[in-house]
Amino acid sequence: MKATILRAGPSDSIQDFGRTGYRALGVSSGGALDSFAAAVTNVLAGNPVDAAVIEITLGNFRLRCSDDRLVAWSGGDFAVRCGGERLAAGHAGALAAGEEIEFARANHGCRAWLALSGGIDLPLLLGSRSTDLRAGFGGMDGRALRNDDAVALGETTPAVRARWRSIRQGGASALSPPNEWVQTAASFPTLRIVRGADWEMFTATARRAFFGQPYVVTPAADRMGIRLEGPPLRRKGKGDLLSEAVAPGAIQVPPNGQPILLLGDCQTIGGYPKIAHVITVDLPRAAQLRPGDEVRFVETSLDDAQALLTQRALDFDLFRVGLELLAK
Amino acid sequence: MEIYPLGDSALILRLPGKGDPGPRMLTRVMDLLAKLKKARIPGVIEFVPAFASVAIFFDPSRIGSWAGLTSAVRAAAKSRRAARLSPPRKGAIELPVCYDPEFGLDLEEIARRAKVSVAQVVALHTGRTYRVHCLGFTPGFPYLSGLPKKLKTPRRANPRAEVPAGSVAIGGSQAGIYPLRSPGGWNVIGRTPVRLFDLMREPPALLRIGDQVRFRAIDRHEFETLLAASK
Repeated sequence: MKATILRAGPSDSIQDFGRTGYRALGVSSGGALDSFAAAVTNVLAGNPVDAAVIEITLGNFRLRCSDDRLVAWSGGDFAVRCGGERLAAGHAGALAAGEEIEFARANHGCRAWLALSGGIDLPLLLGSRSTDLRAGFGGMDGRALRNDDAVALGETTPAVRARWRSIRQGGASALSPPNEWVQTAASFPTLRIVRGADWEMFTATARRAFFGQPYVVTPAADRMGIRLEGPPLRRKGKGDLLSEAVAPGAIQVPPNGQPILLLGDCQTIGGYPKIAHVITVDLPRAAQLRPGDEVRFVETSLDDAQALLTQRALDFDLFRVGLELLAK
Repeated sequence: MEIYPLGDSALILRLPGKGDPGPRMLTRVMDLLAKLKKARIPGVIEFVPAFASVAIFFDPSRIGSWAGLTSAVRAAAKSRRAARLSPPRKGAIELPVCYDPEFGLDLEEIARRAKVSVAQVVALHTGRTYRVHCLGFTPGFPYLSGLPKKLKTPRRANPRAEVPAGSVAIGGSQAGIYPLRSPGGWNVIGRTPVRLFDLMREPPALLRIGDQVRFRAIDRHEFETLLAASK
């Protein structure tokens, strides 16, 4: 009842939906940087939506299970082999005891989420199994996965085992998720934003430049955030701001004018002005950015951003219920 | 009071005010936080108070509409009915601090800038009662007001890659304590053996908004004894 990590990269980790209700204590929300991808892969693998999954960064990852497991993954453009056979994103695979699932290096994009039926069975800390790499707790001893780690897996259900046998005998699912849910790396990524609280503090030139030209992802990119490089964003005035809450998706601008896009492990409070926020439905694409990528920003309205998120939740519920009906 | 979206799933209420926020602003933030919590607005998930603001995180699919949410927030904030967070603690929480030069990495630099002796820096630092305005940066990190003006020191131009857990520090006009080992740009003047964040405790953070804090100077021997006892 375990998965053995045969090869891990430097920043692969256990993640679920992250921590809710502890921000006021300074605890990051964290969780899968694309929690929607984690939810989709979980239902494909027969899990509750919020089971713990493995977040794989840049690929070159191999894993073996001690018993039969349904597996599913989504995220960037990876070549994945499950028991020697190609496994496309957004499809369930039947991995037999002793067989391996292998992720090659990412062709495009940065991250993938791998769900195993039964879920990763680690203790809940502050309501989550997510690894908080910065604070050093949660997941696998608060650290990234390493070669030879053995990760406990939860029980599988009879329905999952039936589904495993059906896939093994060549049966395919009649229901697969939309491609844009499971293949989120873009060749020319554009992220939609809404204006930040400090938008008006920036010069007209800065506001034009922000939308006019691409920003390059620098090597200073991790689960906390991505430092970007491009036309400097100057403020009209000077002076420090009072520190206040920040959130994943916020684009902060430190004094050097080069924006920082915050991701799931970002700190809870920050003091830099916020020019904009990437909308939640575009965070999956933000999680696929890797050093060297060029990213553009376009403006959208708050109403549209919230409507898109609500619609995605409805579409996901339909998909989840559809899968459950087919399984019966 | 102004409301700004913090992306599509959170908003921030900023309270007007000038200068470094002191006890009066802290009282306003705590009053606002208490009223917002009491209002139980549908779709609201959690609150993050800071120096002169309260952020509200919410689920956009459960708020009805942005206009509805913001009017509910405004109504709650304007409510005249008294609301209070859990009763305040009586008196100040005393935190022992060892100002040994090995721990107080920037102690001499701060003394030089303030044109006082190291012993006077310690006397100034331990002579005040501080207030917790918020927790953030890392789990359990308290942002404290009440630092004597003489000890105001700008953050380091080059942040340290690693500041040890328990480091007691000064950043601008604020005092703070690093509960966990982390990178940091504040000036470190000593170390406390007390664990400010402990997952085995409920709640895990020792301090909370509004708490009063005092520092007490201890020697190396007492530091080691208390550290051993806290494990």
